[in-house]
This record gives sequence, C-alpha cells and structure tokens, in this order.
Amino acid sequence: MNDMTPDRDDRSANLKGMGCSRKRVEDVRFTQGKGNYVDDVKLPGMLHGDFVRSPYAHARIKSINTEAAMALDGVVAVLTAEDLAPLSLHWMPTLAGDKQMVLADGKVLFQGQEVAFVVARDRYVAADAVELVEVDYEELPVLVDPFEALQSDVVLREDLEPGADGAHGPRKHHNHIFLWEAGDEEATNQVLDEAEVVTEETMYYHRTHPCPLETCGSVASMDKVNGKLTLWGTFQAPHVVRTVASLLSGIEEHNIRVISPDIGGGFGNKVGVYPGYVCSIVASIVTGKPVKWIEDRMENLMSTAFARDYWMTGRISATKEGKITGLHCHVTADHGAFDACADPTKYPAGFMNICTGSYDIPVAYLGVDGVYTNKAPGGVSYRCSFRVTEAVYFIERMIEVLAIELNMDAAELRRINFIKKEQFPYTAALGWEYDSGDYHTAWDKALKTVEYDALRREQAERVEAFKRGETRKLMGIGLSFFTEIVGAGPVKNCDILGMGMFDSCEIRIHPTGSAIARLGTISQGQGHATTFAQILASETGIPADSITIEEGDTDTAPYGLGTYGSRSTPVAGAATALAGRKIRAKAQMIAAYLLEVHDDDVEFDVDRFVVKGAPERFKTMKDIAYAAYNQAIPGVEPGLEAVSYYDPPNMTYPFGAYVCVMDIDVDTGVPEIRRFYALDDCGTRINPMIIEGQVHGGLTEALAVALGQEIAYDDLGNVKTGTLMDFFLPTAWETPNYETDHTVTPSPHHPIGAKGVGESPHVGGVPCFSNAVQDAFRAFGLRHTQMPHDHWRIWKTANDLGLHG
Amino acid sequence: MSDKMHIKLKVNGEDREFLAEPRELLIYALREHLDLTGPHVGCDTSHCGACTVTIDGKSVKSCTMFVAQANGAEITTIEGIGQPDALHVLQESFREHHGLQCGFCTPGMITRATKLLEENPDPTEEDIRFGMAGNICRCTGYQNIVKSIQVAATEMNSAKEAAE
Ligand code: FES
Ligand code: FES
Repeated sequence: MNDMTPDRDDRSANLKGMGCSRKRVEDVRFTQGKGNYVDDVKLPGMLHGDFVRSPYAHARIKSINTEAAMALDGVVAVLTAEDLAPLSLHWMPTLAGDKQMVLADGKVLFQGQEVAFVVARDRYVAADAVELVEVDYEELPVLVDPFEALQSDVVLREDLEPGADGAHGPRKHHNHIFLWEAGDEEATNQVLDEAEVVTEETMYYHRTHPCPLETCGSVASMDKVNGKLTLWGTFQAPHVVRTVASLLSGIEEHNIRVISPDIGGGFGNKVGVYPGYVCSIVASIVTGKPVKWIEDRMENLMSTAFARDYWMTGRISATKEGKITGLHCHVTADHGAFDACADPTKYPAGFMNICTGSYDIPVAYLGVDGVYTNKAPGGVSYRCSFRVTEAVYFIERMIEVLAIELNMDAAELRRINFIKKEQFPYTAALGWEYDSGDYHTAWDKALKTVEYDALRREQAERVEAFKRGETRKLMGIGLSFFTEIVGAGPVKNCDILGMGMFDSCEIRIHPTGSAIARLGTISQGQGHATTFAQILASETGIPADSITIEEGDTDTAPYGLGTYGSRSTPVAGAATALAGRKIRAKAQMIAAYLLEVHDDDVEFDVDRFVVKGAPERFKTMKDIAYAAYNQAIPGVEPGLEAVSYYDPPNMTYPFGAYVCVMDIDVDTGVPEIRRFYALDDCGTRINPMIIEGQVHGGLTEALAVALGQEIAYDDLGNVKTGTLMDFFLPTAWETPNYETDHTVTPSPHHPIGAKGVGESPHVGGVPCFSNAVQDAFRAFGLRHTQMPHDHWRIWKTANDLGLHG
Repeated sequence: MSDKMHIKLKVNGEDREFLAEPRELLIYALREHLDLTGPHVGCDTSHCGACTVTIDGKSVKSCTMFVAQANGAEITTIEGIGQPDALHVLQESFREHHGLQCGFCTPGMITRATKLLEENPDPTEEDIRFGMAGNICRCTGYQNIVKSIQVAATEMNSAKEAAE
C-alpha cells in the first residue's frame, strides 16, 4: 500500500477540497472590471426612478403638486401614495411584523423618507423632476430620543390603534413597540440583592450603518406579453423577495423571477425590503418599461437600514473572588419610525439573549423595550448575527466594569468565569444551548502569544512615566472574548415572515464528470463560488475546479432564505455536504455494479470507489458519472443529481479571543493601534485564506464602529452624518495589520463541523477596540465612556479626567 | 436643458465620440455612453475611489469631473489594464493574495495601483497605504490589498531587471 500513498495525496490535492486555500474563482471577472452589479444591468427602453424625499423628520403632508415635474420633457410618471393606494401598495409589511409606508401617506416620520417616485428617461431628468415636485409640509414636533418618546404625548404612528397589541404583544405607550423578555427577573433580582458585589453601568451602543460600497438598487421589468416580472436587485435573500413580491403584488410566484446579480457588499444592509424596490416594480407595471432605481450614498445612509441604537443598562453580581452570580440587562431599543428590524419573527430583539456571553452565569434576565422615534427604520444585523454585536459589547463591557469594581485583572476575571470545556453542550441562563467550545485553551493561547503579563507591566510603567511627565501617551490593552450564535434556523423557532430558515443545495453531475450546484444563498463577497465547490469536492471526489456554483436566480436555484447572520456555511454549507453525500450514495451503487461486487464491498477513496482490500480495482467518479447517464443499470434510475434541504438541529456557536494594544495621545485624542491579535474558532475550516480575509474585513468594520462611525441626528431629526465626509469609513492609512490565529472546535451537529466566521471579527472586534481605549484610562479612574471613540471624544475623556493639567 | 456637446475621448487606446450633456459626470458618460461598467459609483462625492480612472497619466475620481472637462483626454479604465489572456501583474496579484472580496472597489483599486507603482516603483508598506488612501474598501481590511500591491511591485521590478 505504501506506493499508493503519494498518489492518494496527489489526488487529494488535485480536488482542492476543504481545508485548502483555494484561489477564488470570482476574482477572474472582478479584477477585470467584469462583475455584473445591479447598476450594470441595462435593458432596452429602460427608465430611471428617483425619490422625492422628506426634508423634515416629522411633518404632515398637506399637498403634493406633481404638475411641473410631469411637464418636464422626459418625465414619464410621478407616483405618490395616492397612486399606490388602489393597489394596496402604499404600505408594505416589514420583516418585523410591522408595516411601513412605501410612499408617505399623509405624513412623514423621518428625514429622507420617500414621498414621491419620479420616473424619467434618464437619471438627470429624474433628478431635475424631483426638484420640481412641490410638497407642502406642516412641521410636527420631533422625537429623536427614545426615552422622551416614551413619555411624550406626540403620537408618531397614527395608523396604529392606541392600546392595541403590536406584533410582539402589548404596547405600554403609543410610541412603544414591544417588550421582549427572557430569563427569570425575580430570581435574578434576588441574587443581585443578596450578592457580595454588584455593579451597574449604562452603555449606549450608538446608531450606525452597514454602508457597503455598493448602495441598494433594483431593476424591475414587467413583460406584459407573457405576464412575467423579472426583478434584479441588491438582495441578500432573493427567494424571500420573490415570495414577498408575489404576496404584495398578487402576481403568481412562478411569474416572478428575482435575480441577485453580483452584490457589492451587504453586511446586513441588503436584507430588508425597501420602498425603492416596490416603486421600481410598480413603475414598471404602470409604464410597461423596465425601471431602474439606484440610491445614492446619502440616500443609503439616511433611509435604508441602520444598525444598533441600543441603550443597555446592566447589573452584574459576583462573589468577592470574582465568580459571577447573576446578570440583569435592560435595553431601550430605538427602532426609528417603523419596526423594520430584520430578525427571525419570534425574536424582536434578535439573539440579544446571548448576552451572558462566554461565561457560566447561573441566573440572568433580559428585557428589551422597542420604541418608535423620528429616525429611519431598520435595526439590521451589521456584520453580525441578529443583535449579537450588541450582546457581546454589553457583556464584554460589563466584565471590564466588574473587574474595576473588584480591582481584578480583566483577563483573569474572564478565565475564572468561562464555561468549561466539559460543560458543553451548555444551556445558558437565557435559554440557548451552546454546541461546543474550548474557551480556556483559546484564551490561554491568545494571552501567551501576546505576552500578556509583559504588556501589563509595560502599561504600569507607562502610567508612572506619564505621571512623572515623561510621556503624553497612555497605553491601552483591549481584551475581548466572544461567543457568537449563527446559522439560523432551526425552522421550529426561526422564521422570517413565516418562512422557515432552512437552506438548500441542488447538484447535477454531468456525464463527463464535472458538475453544477445551485444554492439558496447569495454571496456578497464571501466567495461562495469558491468555498461551496470545495465542500462538494471533498464530499463527491469531483475536483472543485470542475464544479460551477450558481446562486441568486430564483428561476434556477432551489429555495433558500439567503445570506446574512453567517448562515451560509452553517445552513447551506450543510445542505451542500448532504447533497454531496446523496450523490456519493448513488455513485456507490453504480460503482459496485460496474465492479461486479456488492454495494458494501466498495468504499470511497478521495475521488473514486475502490473494492475493499483490492485498491487496484476501482471506478473513478468520472467513470461513474459517465455510466450513470450512458449505461442501463438494473434498479438504478439514470442520471446523477441530488437535492438537499437542510433544517439545522441547532445554531452553531463560533468563538474567539482578541487582544488589541493601543497607544493614545492624551493631547490629541488620537489612538494608534500597535498590535491586534485575533484568534478565531469557527470549527472546521473550509478555506483558510478566505477565513483570514473575512477576519481582516470584519475587524476593520469593528474599528470603524468603535472609533468613529455613527449615524447622528440633531434635535430636529436632521441626519448629521449623511455623506462619507462625516460617516467614518477607515482607509488603508488608518487601518492596522492584524495577526490571525485559530483553534478548531468542530460543531458536533453540523455535517462537516463548520460554524461560520464572517461576522465573528466584527462581533468580537468592537468591544476589543473599545476596551483598549477605555483600559488606557482605567488607572485614572475611568469606568465607562460611550462609543464611538473618535478623537474628540477620547480627548474629552482625557480632559474630564483632568489629564490636560 | 442644456444642449448636447460633441465629446471626443481616447479610451483604452480607442477613439470614442458621442454626444453628451456638458453637466454629465465623466463616470456617468463612461458607464452609460461607452458601456464601461468596470469603474463603479460608491459615493458620488470623491471619497471612495470606486470610480477611479487614469486621465492623461493621472489618477482621477471620475465622479468628480464633468465629461466636458475631459473632452480630448486620454483615459484608461480597468477594462484597458489587462486582457483576459494577458492579465496585468496587479490583477494576478490581487487574485493570488486575496486582495478582493465583493469586488466592487477592485477596478478602482487596481487602476489606482497601476499609477501608484508608476509614481513609486519601489514603495514601502507605508507608501502603499498612503498612496491608496483615496480608495475605500469595505470588505478586505486592506491588509491583503497592500500585500497584493507589494508583491506585484517586486514582480514588476524583477521583470524589468530581467529585461534590462
Ligand atoms: S464614486 Fe467617485 S469617489 Fe466615490
Ligand atoms: S472588495 Fe468589497 S469593497 Fe473592496
């Protein structure tokens, strides 16, 4: 057998299966400028739509005059709510069980809200016509503060019956949306009341925006001859869009084809359904021409889904030795004008109840109050699973605050509270069952690599030098340990608008042994065409280079719930592996027939089936594929295809340990990131190169959010950060190099043990950067200060602590 | 509405003529009149660099220039940088070192990087980070973009030396 070994390795390498850093197949097009993004779609006779948007955050609309706009040469139509009302399309359901105006119906509720939709020959004419639409507004009092909104007499949502329940139960006030609770409040309060040590902190996780480089857009083409609607768009969940479009428009689902072409980044921004999509469809139906709508950057930041905006108050208790005994969390969640969160139906606050983090906390309670304000709707998961970034930020700050209270080292406090390896599967106080983990090993590896103790000594020396006036720079050591919860399903508790969150894969092996596979997900840069082929290569023995992966066309791909919340690998990846196994099972029967042995007498070996004990007798997958189509095999249908729909039995729980070392100039407030170490455990690793790329990207988005990026409003509800001048996106200049590392703790319930990784670095990165800033000032008495830590706020922190002399 | 202007450009080595309103942005003209959809629009306000092209030897954000201002100019877009069977070293290098994810910034990045390496054939990491700071990427965190450019520079230099 020895002489077979190198050959086997070669065959294995030739597959480019799981575990290798296969180069991306997508890149050949992208590097030549041959991507096909929605704005690249051009159809004969295509018209262009553009919105008239509200300059006010809260106003009644007294009248809309479209005459002058209609008179402009090249203008084809101007749609208002009045035009959409007969079709019942002036409002649309949101993903969170609320409804949202497509075009302003009597009033506007946030600045930038869609008021009218102009359709014209080209974009310039459309923009000219937008200026000519006259809207008469009567300003109303504006509520931008959720606490004030809960006290105010001003009714924001006049369409909702006062006192009536909302989609998630009773509403306490006309501007209240829901109260969502998890855990045992009474037991938690009792533990907190009797605890040796209790500490409390309120933190604001500011409003921000996913801001992918490509904005949102769509092209709708209603073919009146055959009654078919084709819709291209920036959709992270194209199948859901088709179903929703069908339900809204009454067009039967088989007559709607939704295509997500290449997507220029999503990060949660492209999960929601936006008025622009609906208006492009209606306009195409009305005009009989294809209609394109592409938002500009300002519209993107002002009106499409924001993220975060959580006011979180925590109380945590512990013994004097630092063993945590209880956790209480209350959130006031600012959802803006409509509740358009993109969360599974039963989770109006997403998976915020993962807020006990990586720690063995015996009792906990979470309550989230959702509130309406005069801000843009949304509340999407910006590069995280539903609200997990908020949860992890919360617990990782509470740990730091508790460490200060106990006068303890924050790394040690984490270590003594981690869930132990032998406790998995672990049921947390707020209900989740963590599948697998080995936190201590990861933490020790991280601390050892960065030489944690030496860093702390250096930091202490720096503080002394600062006090002696020898330096104006402080040193911060940011720590974070996170546990994510990704991969929604299970269908039994996760659905969106009633649609269960399974996913799917369909494979066809061609007679010559190459293949095409289609999935219900859609890549926005994650490299699905590369990695899913790797899974299939390992499972079927067909080289990844001979497998085409297709997603995003609802006419050809099997139904799936799309790509967000790191669910592609955990859910569609599992479907892919299982579809591959179905292929293999049939291939085994064919091989046995061809080799004239019993099915059980052949076994799979990399790219072939061999007769057990006689490896010189084999049939390659190529041979088998050919036979499947060209040879009559008794009792076996011709062809070699498989479909798999996967409903995950549980979520997966990736985790990681991050350390950031930062120097902060006390006089300018400028932080300099000296080192960033990221250890991720995402279970089985499919493509290390892509994982590393995801980590770099997620960390950079974390840096942005922690150190400056926000959607800020003034008291009148004006958006203060509506362009890239004010909305911070780090450039290569501000971004450090990252050191990546890993441990591997496979998911026990996933067919290939993979857990998902795209969002972990964002989830773990934000608290790590924030903790680094705050840790720099710990020696001077800082407990907590709010993000984003831009230069001004850091300077202000130093100033408030009296460090400017 | 302003009258249309007769625009003449040399784009990717080809003479192109068309009618355009003088107020049209160059990026719009390239994408809509010439079907060059490689350069993208990420912001419209000169911040992101997705629309970067080379005009008369300089890197320019084509959303910041009217097509009328470019009249008579020589322009290179991503479509003119390499051919499917003869990719530019940078194009190969971006793929090799995972310098892209969603690909939306990539045409602007590579177009800018070709000029950067002409301006400074032997850049340090700092030079690259500074020289590319006009191009935003939301996906990669830049680390692999910087690496792609660094390796490409080395390869281009050794190819040059070998030729000399
Ligand atoms: S589109 Fe030109 S710089 Fe962003
Ligand atoms: S690869 Fe997506 S913006 Fe750069």
